[in-house]
Amino acid sequence: MAQATATKVGEPAPKLELPDTTGTIHTLPAPGEAPATVVVWTCNHCPYALGWHDRIVQAARDYEARGVRFMAVNSNDAERYPGDSLDAMRERVEAESWPFPYLHDESQEAAREWSAQVTPHLYVLDADLRVRYEGAPDADHLEPGADAAWLREALDAVLAGTDPPRPATDPVGCSVKWKP
Amino acid sequence: MLREEMGAVGLDASAVDVREVSTDADAEQEGFVGSPTIRIDGRDVQPVPDEPIGLSCRVYRLADGRISPLPDRREVRQTLLDAMKGGD
Repeated sequence: MAQATATKVGEPAPKLELPDTTGTIHTLPAPGEAPATVVVWTCNHCPYALGWHDRIVQAARDYEARGVRFMAVNSNDAERYPGDSLDAMRERVEAESWPFPYLHDESQEAAREWSAQVTPHLYVLDADLRVRYEGAPDADHLEPGADAAWLREALDAVLAGTDPPRPATDPVGCSVKWKP
Repeated sequence: MLREEMGAVGLDASAVDVREVSTDADAEQEGFVGSPTIRIDGRDVQPVPDEPIGLSCRVYRLADGRISPLPDRREVRQTLLDAMKGGD
């Protein structure tokens, strides 16, 4: 397990331009295009990412009608961790019917630019693409009832035009698997 | 957790041998299927025969099916107890 404390809350989000599991390139919405955007670093083999995954998916489904965009990014070194290969990502998206794109950061540049440290590591952006929350989905990866409460709290605040009461938490999970 | 369970069944918690597996070659040699792996007298606390060998984070299933970075505490204790019986 690794923990990170770096935060970019209040700053404009870095650029994001990555292919999904079908090769389609995705970018952040244009300013004003979406009321909020969630970018989550995740992967296929981390127990923390897997433990929180369903809660993040449910949040994506619950906030879809309000125009919130979700994007997942996998930056792990697939050569040393084959479970995180593009093929493995594709299989998972198809088998699980993900409601958001699963982006492949093969060069790991996006992870570096965003300072993503662990999986999962969430960023909530407002309509102007400013980071308004960074951290974990909720307080307990083992407790499904925690329901991604910190993520939802941040989204509710951003959608209401107010400041998230908890703008940053320590993202808890497995370290991003950097290339040698 | 391992040391706690060792203490609970009357074993010396300082007897844990912690090994860092940091290369693919080490993983291959050890039959290492992810971190953390806990073996008691060589027996994995949650054996996974089909798990690929390599430097990965290990995914455990708790008794109720939840995914966890650590094995179920009861499995650890049971493996310790089994090993103690085997050592009699």
